[in-house]
Amino acid sequence: MTIKTQHNARGGTPPPAIALSGISKTFGAVRANDDIALTVTQGHIHGIVGENGAGKSTLVSILYGFYQADRGKIEINGAHADIKTTADAIKLGVGMVHQHFMLVPTFTVLENIILGHEHRKGGKTLDDEIALAREELSSLAQQYGLEVDFDALVADLSVGLQQRVEILKTLYRGAKILILDEPTGVLTPQETDQLFEILATLRQQGVTVLLITHKLREIMAITDDVSVMRGGKMVAHLVTKKTSPSELAELMVGRQVLINADFHEAEKGEVCLTVDNLTLTGDGGIPLLRGISFDLRAGEILGVAGVSGNGQSQLLEVLSGITPPTTGAIKIGGQVISPESTTTPNDVKNMGLAHVPEDRHAMGMVLPFSAAETSVLGYEDQPSLGSGFWFGPDQLERHCGELMQDYDIRPADPSLKCNLFSGGNQQKLVLAREMSAAPKILLVGQPTRGVDIGAIEFIYQRLIAMRDQGCAILLVSVELDEILTLSDRVMVMNNGASMGIVDKRDADAQSIGLMMAGVV
Amino acid sequence: MSTTLPRWIDIGVLPLLNILAAFIVSGIIIAIIGENPFTALGVMLKGAFVYKGALGYTLFYTTNFIFTGLAVAVAFHATLFNIGGEGQAMMGGLGIGLLVLALDAVVPAFLLIMLAIPVSALMGAAWGAVPGYLQAKRGSHVVITTIMFNFIASSIMVWLLAGTLMEQGQMAPETRDFAEGVGLFKFHEIAGMMGIKVARSPLNLSFVIALIAAFGVWVLIWRTRLGYVIRATGHSEKAAVYAGHSPQRIIIITMAISGGLAGMMALNEILGVQHKLILDFTSGFGFTGIAVALMGRNHPVGIIFASLLFGALYQGGAELDFEFQTITREMVLMIQGLIILFSGALVYMFNPMVERLYHRIVGPEKGAA
Repeated sequence: MTIKTQHNARGGTPPPAIALSGISKTFGAVRANDDIALTVTQGHIHGIVGENGAGKSTLVSILYGFYQADRGKIEINGAHADIKTTADAIKLGVGMVHQHFMLVPTFTVLENIILGHEHRKGGKTLDDEIALAREELSSLAQQYGLEVDFDALVADLSVGLQQRVEILKTLYRGAKILILDEPTGVLTPQETDQLFEILATLRQQGVTVLLITHKLREIMAITDDVSVMRGGKMVAHLVTKKTSPSELAELMVGRQVLINADFHEAEKGEVCLTVDNLTLTGDGGIPLLRGISFDLRAGEILGVAGVSGNGQSQLLEVLSGITPPTTGAIKIGGQVISPESTTTPNDVKNMGLAHVPEDRHAMGMVLPFSAAETSVLGYEDQPSLGSGFWFGPDQLERHCGELMQDYDIRPADPSLKCNLFSGGNQQKLVLAREMSAAPKILLVGQPTRGVDIGAIEFIYQRLIAMRDQGCAILLVSVELDEILTLSDRVMVMNNGASMGIVDKRDADAQSIGLMMAGVV
Repeated sequence: MSTTLPRWIDIGVLPLLNILAAFIVSGIIIAIIGENPFTALGVMLKGAFVYKGALGYTLFYTTNFIFTGLAVAVAFHATLFNIGGEGQAMMGGLGIGLLVLALDAVVPAFLLIMLAIPVSALMGAAWGAVPGYLQAKRGSHVVITTIMFNFIASSIMVWLLAGTLMEQGQMAPETRDFAEGVGLFKFHEIAGMMGIKVARSPLNLSFVIALIAAFGVWVLIWRTRLGYVIRATGHSEKAAVYAGHSPQRIIIITMAISGGLAGMMALNEILGVQHKLILDFTSGFGFTGIAVALMGRNHPVGIIFASLLFGALYQGGAELDFEFQTITREMVLMIQGLIILFSGALVYMFNPMVERLYHRIVGPEKGAA
């Protein structure tokens, strides 16, 4: 309210709700935010897009007082703001709805909303306070279209309604600037639509919304302005109406240094992996994979492109036997993986499939293990490593030593702990392990994430060499250039569905970008 | 709890620093009550190692600590906290008791002893596997369930020893004595047979079994496929699933092994010394095993040394109580408590300091570019 009077008194345009300049933040050697500038107009819905790890969450955490920037200036409504704690942010009218809700499931909606503000109304007892809060909340709920049963237990509410409670909570605390961090990740499409209606109402009522997401559809559907982040930097500020999903996709994914991958056409063999109408439904009935079908032939690389979080991770987990599919079937050789079959990752491995997981730190290796120990993860049962129950450290080290030489892993010390290797050498170790098993099918997730240029070139060459030897490779990557460089065919995923498969000859960044955005 | 320090500092220097800190604080307290801390330390050392039979007693207690310490350590490698050593040891004892009482009239003593060893382990394993199952399949945290299982075990023991198993015409909650010869050899007996005169002490063959168990744990954890998978599961469940293992299965197996080791503690007390089943023979050794494992850095060698320290404290502490008017049993308990506090609860207190010092002297950590 004070904002409006200020603006009326001056008679000019109102100052921006948020103005950031020169914001930088490093964690160890990682530059999470590098000289970020951002201006958010009052009463607008402003989107920030970027891949996972682009620095979006760090930026809003700084704005909300979770972290303090190493350098830079924050202005809220035209006044310099010194935000040291979340309490400071709340005082300035900044509210945040987190990706994971901060609600007490065994409390009612009303109890959750007044939690931490039990004395605001000056009620003598908690009952007084609740009665007073109920009045204000009903009018707030009406004003913003946020109807919810105040006496219901939060545990009994759907995820969409819980989010509504979170929004109401921030408004009750006087928020005029609302930050939403990946708000739709846990919502069904219907709930997402309802959320957007609420956001539109909030905008109408003069609330400024900062929407953090990596889903382009949402940006196009609801925002007024959009800023794109990549690798800790702000790469573009655009007016939503004047941009397109493909332009945004290209900006998000970026152009990396051209790498000589020495790609050439190759003979394709017979089909060795068939995926038939695969679906996967997550917790709360959220569809994660919607009817994916494709064939994978020996001697080809099928690239899976898409903005991250569109089902690629789930596809890898289902194909590798970690998660059983909800419906559909996967045929490998003569064997079938279906919802009814109790296939384990081991069974899939025995069918000749190897998997380089996207998350090499949590899944692909055990960080406190030595390189030698990690070099056999998932292959412990090989007889060459020791007889029966026993497990020889010498055999492990010899095995690892051979891999290190083959794949030029440095330092070539099998006894060194995994977390002391660089990202590139860690990735080479995982690739070496999976490739040396001589699989018929190789699933590769984000092979060059956090990997230096030199190692990238090496990894590309190895992947192409594997293909030439007749291995069928499924390559999942968010780096569009990587997909276009290495793939014989490209499948594009959006919102858990395949947007189609394009041959290398017909694939270019622009058309793929459109498919990634779900436009086609 | 990862550290960039070399192993010899981690398992050598740091525990010594912790003990030193505990002794300094204990010394200050002893000085406050008007005794000379150095004299007290002398009495304690003599009481633990020098007096006639003292070493035997110290090693006897050490045996208990080795078993319960190993039990905690094995579970810890899978990031499970087994707080149920007490209950598992009681059940091990119950297994030995039931076996021997049922069969000692008909089965030869030697055979019975050979049977009692696996039975104690199996009973303890069963008592550990059930909380493991509940954690794996039902999500009930092992910390809670193992503690509850201690109470259940304790109640079963009281129920049986004050009822069915109590010796006829007796007032004490104990069973009848085992038949003659059903017990593990004591060291002074073995030495006597070889013509060497050694002071009497309860130290028995369980000590050797404990050392074998320690070696077995080392082999299991670092030289077998199962141990590899246990460690992988402990560090990253995701990685274990990716590698094709079921964390649920590993949790149950690990808890069974852990419980089995704790159950074998009963060999020392029941088959080694009491030769009958009594109440509360575990007297807290199961809990102290946690401190032993922490101090021994979950490594069998470390655990043997930590057990020796705790054994010496147990035995030497009793001597303190005996020699000094002002130092009561409670005082001794407090000193033991301080050692547990510093080497158990505060085990990583000196880590950052030592790490800084080490890197200042040796230079930054070794790693790849």
